[in-house]
Formats: sequence, structure tokens, C-alpha cells
Amino acid sequence: MEHVNPLTGFRVDGRRPNEMRQLRGEVGVVSRADGSALFEMGNTRVIAAVYGPREIQNRSQQVNLKEALVRCEYRMAEFSTGDRRRKPKGDRRSTEISLVIRQTMEASILTHLMPHSQIDIFVQVLQADGGTRSACINAATLALADAGIPMKDIVTSCSAGYLCSTPLLDLNYIEDSAGGPDVTVGILAKMDKVTLLQMDAKLPMDTFETVMELATEGCKAIATYIREVLLENTKQLECQRG
Amino acid sequence: MLQSKSFVKKTKQGRVVKVVREHYLRDDIPCGAASCSSCDAAARRLNADAAAILVIDTNVVLHQIDLLENPAIEDVVVLSVVLDEVKNKNLSVYNRLKALCTNTARRFFVFTNEHHRDTYIKEMAGESPNDRNDRAIRVAARWYQSHLGASARVLLVTNDRDNKRKATEEGLNAETVESYVRSLAQPGLLDLVVVPTSGDVTMEDVEDLRPSKRKVIYIEHKPMSEITSGLRCGIYHQGKLRVNRYNPFEAYVGSESIGDEIIIRGRSNMNRAFDGDIVSVELLPQDQWHETKSFIADDDEDDNEGDVRLAPDSADDAPRNTNSTQSTVASVSSRPVGRVVGIIKRNWNSYCGSLEPMPMPAGSGGVAHALFVSKDRRIPKIRIQTRQLGNLLNKRIVVAVDSWDVMSRYPSGHYVRTIGDIGDKETETEVVLIENDINTRPFSTQVLACLPSLPWTLSPEDLANPNRQDLRQVRVFSVDPPGCRDIDDALHCTPLPNGNFEVGVHIADVTNFVHPGTPLDEEASQRATSVYLVGQRIDMLPKPLTEDVCSLRADTARLAFSVIWEMTPDAHIIATRYTKSVIQSCAAMSYVEAQARMDDSRMVDPLTVDLRNLNSLAKIMRHRRCERGALTLASAEVKFEIDSETHDPLDIGIYQIREANQMIEEFMLAANISVAEKILQHYPLCSLLRRHPSPTKEMLEPLLRTASSVGLNLDASSSKALAESLDNAKRDDPYFNKLIRILATRCMTQAVYFCSGDMSLSEYYHYGLASALYTHFTSPIRRYADVIVHRLLAAALDIAKLPPIFQDGPQLTGIADNLNYRHRNAQMASRASVELHTLIYFRTRPVDTEARIVKIKANGFIVFVPKFGIEGPIYLTSKGDKGGDWVVDEVNQKVTKPGANISYAVLQSVMIHMEVVEPQPHRPKLQLTLI
Ligand SMILES: [Zn+2]
Repeated sequence: MEHVNPLTGFRVDGRRPNEMRQLRGEVGVVSRADGSALFEMGNTRVIAAVYGPREIQNRSQQVNLKEALVRCEYRMAEFSTGDRRRKPKGDRRSTEISLVIRQTMEASILTHLMPHSQIDIFVQVLQADGGTRSACINAATLALADAGIPMKDIVTSCSAGYLCSTPLLDLNYIEDSAGGPDVTVGILAKMDKVTLLQMDAKLPMDTFETVMELATEGCKAIATYIREVLLENTKQLECQRG
Repeated sequence: MLQSKSFVKKTKQGRVVKVVREHYLRDDIPCGAASCSSCDAAARRLNADAAAILVIDTNVVLHQIDLLENPAIEDVVVLSVVLDEVKNKNLSVYNRLKALCTNTARRFFVFTNEHHRDTYIKEMAGESPNDRNDRAIRVAARWYQSHLGASARVLLVTNDRDNKRKATEEGLNAETVESYVRSLAQPGLLDLVVVPTSGDVTMEDVEDLRPSKRKVIYIEHKPMSEITSGLRCGIYHQGKLRVNRYNPFEAYVGSESIGDEIIIRGRSNMNRAFDGDIVSVELLPQDQWHETKSFIADDDEDDNEGDVRLAPDSADDAPRNTNSTQSTVASVSSRPVGRVVGIIKRNWNSYCGSLEPMPMPAGSGGVAHALFVSKDRRIPKIRIQTRQLGNLLNKRIVVAVDSWDVMSRYPSGHYVRTIGDIGDKETETEVVLIENDINTRPFSTQVLACLPSLPWTLSPEDLANPNRQDLRQVRVFSVDPPGCRDIDDALHCTPLPNGNFEVGVHIADVTNFVHPGTPLDEEASQRATSVYLVGQRIDMLPKPLTEDVCSLRADTARLAFSVIWEMTPDAHIIATRYTKSVIQSCAAMSYVEAQARMDDSRMVDPLTVDLRNLNSLAKIMRHRRCERGALTLASAEVKFEIDSETHDPLDIGIYQIREANQMIEEFMLAANISVAEKILQHYPLCSLLRRHPSPTKEMLEPLLRTASSVGLNLDASSSKALAESLDNAKRDDPYFNKLIRILATRCMTQAVYFCSGDMSLSEYYHYGLASALYTHFTSPIRRYADVIVHRLLAAALDIAKLPPIFQDGPQLTGIADNLNYRHRNAQMASRASVELHTLIYFRTRPVDTEARIVKIKANGFIVFVPKFGIEGPIYLTSKGDKGGDWVVDEVNQKVTKPGANISYAVLQSVMIHMEVVEPQPHRPKLQLTLI
């Protein structure tokens, strides 16, 4: 399968190899939550809601009272993929992604400022078209910011792959299921620190480096966009309050 | 980078499952015209002063690709919608189009109209995909016209009348292919134009000019929908059609649904299918499965009785075992017989051949209809129209197929180009090369740029490399055929103090110079092998590498990849190591020379002693291998002596195999096996290995039948049993054993390359060598498989990184497939070249010689001529008289004439006369007759 047209260099959906899908972010989509956001990367659409910081509900869960407890629950809507299969709740993949999101967000949240408290992040995939993990992290960042939870830096994530001997940014579902490597990177944007790195294939070292570099570039671009969204949102709030 | 703000997002809706795909439209796609100042200048391909910028539709590409390849056609815009449609419809045309678009010498530009903001269109309600695509092409053409304005004339080229009319209505310039080509005023070009078979142009049949006599000859193909449903409910069976190389009226379709091959007999049952087409087949009622007697010449009017040809080397070359008739012989069950009802995918190509001799039509100068006969007998005759009949009659030409109508006995096609005069050695050699898809183009400058600077000498860096061992002090030597200039292997054999031997096999370190991913590597990977023709070699790698830098020449320091064993005097391997090395061969000997040294007992110099030690080790290894059950097969390898000035064959004979040959072969086998073990241990999923499938009962059937008819009992239950019974097959006749081995050899298929991840361990087995593992390591100069294996071995030793391609299973399988395809073609080309030279040789030298009967047919028999390695038919009855008064005894493989007391049995020796005759002018052929 030619994922990159050898004659024109365009991908099947019309992007160039180093181009991301259309991004869209919106905060405050769930009014009941303390913070919430919708994040789209092309057809992948994710919603995140944050509750907290609030008092710990189950004390036995807290190991370290000096820091806030971060919990995360990831779910995929049954209608989110082409085949509407009923998936059992808490399957291995969901548990794993929940953990990944939690750890990534924890790296940025200033948990020591909120002792004896807990923060709950709920992430739901409304529509899946590749790169759900990254979209979840980006949505969670927006939602946390919306909730006003103190963070060191903006965490963003993006994936990149390697097909037809070309590094490709932000794989969609078709590209993702082509069997090539898929590198998901999460960074603290300003500090330029990697907080997440996942890959489920073997890749020669130098190829890996270029693919990872591309994914990192993608993360930075997303960070710029998220900053714009937040800025815009703040401006609106300003206007509303006059 | 990303996310240019001008993106507009649209979605395409799928059908069954609602697949939602993003489709980005953009405004930064260049038009490619040099006259345009607003687009990206780097993309400019189309000339500023072009008479017209051509926008072509899909059918023009599909049908007129030969025309497009002609340099007279330039400044063509290939729209992405056209590109996609071509790709879906015909992959080979797509690849040719791709080559045109990437060729910097041509001016073909790909415009991504489907992603351009102004040229993307949505399907309208009620519009068929075809109509939508036609409209997309018109929209793109209109965009070009308005984008380029008055600076260029945009011309839509289409043969679709409806499309042309609509285009004209919309104010576009549109023309048919023919009228455009006419406007170029180059008469030769018109022959390249494919004339549409339907529509207003009436096509007269060559075999019958009277329209009243036109009748339906073939059954109409079933529509695709019916085929699909038929396949699903099991009425039809799908598979690739293979035409019998020796009998074009018989074909086989390997069907997975049946798990067997379906036989298709006769042109009407083949129903216009070509060799290599994917067809759907319907089984005939079982009472029609019986077979007719097999005649040498199967059908009448096509006049291609069995030709004299080179004796086959394997089952892949040999005629199929078709006369397993005998309802009396219970063991042979009747195989399913069917007929083609539809063609799922065409494998139409262009073919080499010549026009059937015909008188020049009156009033020459006009269009003549002629029949083209392909050299490949599997291809039916092809009707063509030409305006230059006189020029083409006695030439070898290339013709492409365009269509095949139910009313026409033969397909129609068009002339592509002339190769040269029939019978001319250069022309016929080129035909052989084209037929076997062999790339003879000189290496491109990009490829040559990858070569090391010459003269190459050993550098201090090479010596300082910790992974490279300096073995220049070791007494290394090579043994090859006389005159060999691309020496890729050398050996050494040093006695050790403990009584053992250190034996080294040193192979040219080609991968030190051919790096993965370079143009040089790509080219070698495509060529896959050097091709050896009589008196000519087509190299896989450029000459400076093959004959100089990599060749392990005597007295010159060269880089090598070495396998070094410690062996006991009874040839047991105690230890194996692998290393890159530097060697300096002390002697490049020919087989004859090495043999003479070993045989001359007066010679006791160290080199000769090494040779003798190696030879005694080799003999033990060989013996042990045969005990394991390796087959000693035999084939008649023909060797020509070529006049060094005229390059005509002077003498012809069978290649002599000496002990020295076998000695070298033995160590190469051992090195290949050792390397196979090493790479598989490190890379169980991506090693390139070579396997030789065990022959099936059915494949061995003709051998067993022949043997039993002369009272010989062969046990073919295992390779060991077969090897033993072949050893025991001895008669007073000194040639008997060799003959049986030759017959056994041609029952076997050939060994093939494969990727270790694609097979299970038990399938890795190499039947002929009785080895659990095998690969090719020892000839990297002339085989690409060995280059791959060198890279695997280097990576296994941690000397080099494994190139990324090895991570890509499908691509690796693709490489293995290409290797097999190219190897097969290289062999066929070599054989065809030998056949050609045999013909040239006997043209002036008719001869009487001894021959052996190898197969009995109803109207004669097939003989094998050991001295010249050829085989061909001998007719007992005149043509057309089928069988006559001869009686065939299938069980005893005998043909007798009752009353006359004459009989011929299989394996019997007969005296024959060989002579070149010309039944038709300029169509010489070798004829065998009984004396
Ligand atoms: Zn332009």
C-alpha cells in the first residue's frame, strides 16, 4: 500500500508527511465539571472532564498525604469506532491508557501544592481515528488548565510513524493499522522534557531518532495551539466579566 | 510546518460500514508549468513554449501507454484521479506511467487534483463514479486553462466521445488520441495508436474479411457481479491461468477452493484468457474430464508442432505431464477439467515475435491487417494494423495486446517497435532478453556515482578496522572456470599442529562497497542476478566492481568475508568462525589447472598439497552428504566454443565436470550451510534462506513409469531412498545411469528463496542437498541474494547495523519473490541463448548422431541428444495423420507397427539426422529425422 504517493509526496488524505491533522480545542464543554475540554485531531475526538482538587474520598488509596492524588479514568464510547463492538469496561487496553494518561499528567501537576486532596480526570473517546492516546493527553491538559489546577508546564502529546521509508506525523487510523512503527511522545512543552515515550515495534536507532524528533515537533506545535486556545478563552472570560 | 490555515476539511462517506475519512484540500499544489509564475518553481516540468499542455484521461493511459512512452508525446499532465484509476485497473501500466513521471528526461507532471481546493469535486446524486472522474478531469483541465491563461493551450485528450462532447460544450479544447497524433504529422507514430474496437471504427477480421461471415467464436464473459456471487457460492473457482509452455491449447488454473489444478483444454474453453490472467473457471461435467491421446502437435491450424529445444533441467522447464490418461491405471485419478467464464484481472503485456508471412496487399501504402506470432508459444496470434507492412514482414517486432472480441478468433493489438531482422544473432538475443524481462540498460550515472574511486587500493583504515582480520599471510587461492574475471570465492587449507586443518572460504566483500539504500543497491536489488548468455554477460553490478574491486584476483590485496572452520582429517567441523578479512590470493587457477596439479604426483609444492588436502576433505564431505540422502542429479550443460572475432559458435559440447569442480562446490555448500545456521540463529524471522521442496508423487510419476517400463524399480519414498535407488540403477549400457539421473532431475522443481518468517521450520528443508538449512552466501558479485545474506551475517556478528528493510516482513517477501522471478528469467534466457546458438551452429553443419528416446507419443516420440543437450520430436507418421498404423503401448512405453515388426521403446538408442530447415522463408528451425 502506498501511504505516501511516490510521485507527489502526498499522503492518502492529502497531507504532506510532516503535516498534522486539523486541530480543534474547546474548553468548558461540561458545565458540571470543575474543568473540561474537547479536543480534536482530525476525526479523532476526545472529551476530558476534571473534578478537583477535592477532598479524598477513599482514604485508604492515599499513600502520600503530602501530595495530591491524581486519578484517571479512560473510556472509549461504544460508537467511537467503525465496528460498534461492546467492549468490557476496564479491559487491559483501557487500564493501560488510563495509567499512561495519569502518569503523564502527574509529571506536570504541582501535586505538592494540594496535599490531602485528589484530582479526578475522566477522558472519553467520542470518535477514534488514530492517535487517541495523544488526543486524550491534550484534552486532559486543556481540562486541567480550565479547572485552574496548578501545573509546571503544558503537557502535549503527538504520535509519528514510519511508512514507505518516510517518517509520518500524526498517523490516522488507516496509517496506524498499516503495521508500521508508531511512536507516541509526550513533552513538557516549555521545558522541552519528554514525559512519555511509547513504541510498539522495532526500529533502527537513527530512524527512531528522526521519527521521535518529528513527533516532538508535533507536540510543540500542539502546545502553541493549546496556548492560543487558553489565551482566547481567558480573553473571553475577561470580556464577560467586563 | 503543519496545519496550513488554508485547509478546508471534507469527508468522504463509505458504504457498508460508515468509514469516515478525512480529505484535506489545499492551495499549495503547484501546476508544474514553466510559464506559471505563481506556483512553486521547483516543481516545474512542463515546457513554457509547449504547443499544448495535454491533460489525458484514464483510458488513454491504459490503452495508449506505448504511445505515451514515445518521446514525441511531451508536456503531459497526469491527474491524481487518473493515476489512482490506472493503479486500480492495471498495475503494470501504472508502473510504466510512474516511470514516465519520474523520468527527468520526460515532461510528465503529476497534478494532485483530488486535493486541490479548486479542482476537487464531490460526486453528484445519481452520478456514476466513472462520470464523476470524467468530470473531475474536465474540471482540472479547465482549471489549468484559466490558471495558465493565454500563456498556454490546454488540450484534453480522450477517446470517450461523450466526455469529448461535454468538454467542447464547456469550452475546452478536446481531441481524440488519433486526431492529436495526426496533428503531430509523424506517420510512424500512428502505428502506436490503439484503434478502438467498438464505436464507429469498424475493424475487419484478418482471417475473414467478409462481414457476413463474422460470427461469435467465444462465449461472452460473465459480468463481474455474477462472477463474485458465483465464486461465493462455489460454482466458479478463481485462480491464475498458466498456459502449458509446450502445448498452448492446454492451461491450468491453480484453485484454492478445489485444492487442485483445474485443466482447461482448447482455445474455446480458455475463452480468450492469457497466460498469467486471474480467471474464474466453471468445472465441466465429470464425464467430460477424460483426456484425449496426447499428440506432439496438438492442434491443426496453428502449425506449431513441438520444436526442437534444449533438454529441460528441472520440472519447471519440462513439458507438463499431460498423458497420465489411462483409466486402466487406477493410481492416476482424473483431474478436474473446466472452462473460463470470466477474467478477473488481465495480464496483457507486450510481446516479441514476428508477422506471419503474407503477400503484400494490393495498393500498398494503406493500412494492412496482419497476424503477429509471438515467440512465446503460450501467447495466441495477435491481429495488428500497420501502415508499414513491407518494413515489418521479416523483422522481429514488439506488439502489445489491446482487446479480444468474442467475434474474433485472435486478440487485436498494435505495433510497438522493431527490434531487427529475424534470425540475426543480435536481434534474436535482444528478443531473448526482452522476453525474459532482463534489464540491459547501461548503469545510470547515479548508480556509477556510488562506486569507489578507481583504482581502488587497500586503505590503512581497512587494515585498522578491528572487525577486519588481516589474512594476507595465509596461502589463499581460487579455482574457477577458465577465463573467469569475476572471482567471488577463494579458499585456503592450512594443516594445524594437532593434525586438524584450518579451512577457509573467502568471499568477495561486496557489501563493503554496496551500501543499503543507495542507487547502486536499488539497481542490484532490481536486477537480482547477473545473466549469462552464450558469449555475453549482463552484470548485476557495474564492471569496475565485478571485475576489479571485488574480484579476488591473484597477487592483489582484496577485502573478503570469510568463513573459517577447524576440520578434523575426516572432515568433521569442530569450530566455525566468521570474519571480515583482507586476503591476497596467491593463485587464480582454472579447474583444469587445479585438476592437473592434483593429478601430477611429481608436484609437491605447498599449493598443490593444499589442493590435495582440500580434495580429500571434499570427497569425505561429499560422501557423507550423499549418505544423508543428497541427490546426485545430472543435467546436460551445453558449452559452446565461440569464435572470438565473429562470435559465432565454433563447437558445441557438454560441459565436463571434474573433481576440482566438485571440490569447490563442496566447500561452497558447506559455507552456505554454516552461514544459514548463523543468520537464522540471530534472525529467526527475517533471514533469507533457500529451500527445495520435496517432489510430490505426481511429479515423480513420469520417472517411475519410464523406469518401470524398462524393468527398473525406483523407490521415491524419501530423498535417501531415491538417491540409493538411483545409485543402483545400473545396466550394461554405460549411459543408462546418467540418463535416469537426467530424467529424475527434470521431475524436480527448482529451489527457491524465501524469508524465514514466512515458513515453518520443517519447510526450510532443501531436498536436493538433504540439508535442513541452506542459503546463498558465496556469489555476492553476481547474485543479490548473497548480498542480503552478507548483510545479515555482518549484523549477526555485530559488525554492521541491520538495514531497516529487514524489519519489514512484506517487503522482504517481495524481495525474495523478485529474486526467484529474476533467477528463473535468467535461467530461461541462458537456455534460450543456447538454443539460439545451437540453431546457428547447425545451420551450416547437418549431422548424424545418437539419440535416446525419452517419451513415447501417439504419432512418434521425443528424443534426447546427449551430445548436444537438446531434445525434440521425431514423427513416425506424416503431419495430420494422427497415429496412423502405429500402436502405442502406454504401460511399456513402446510404440509398434503391427505386421512390420518395428518397435521403439523408451530409453532406446536411435540414430538420427539433425538439420536446419526453413519451412517458411526466414523461419529456420532445427529438424530431427530418424535414419
Ligand atoms: Zn501555476
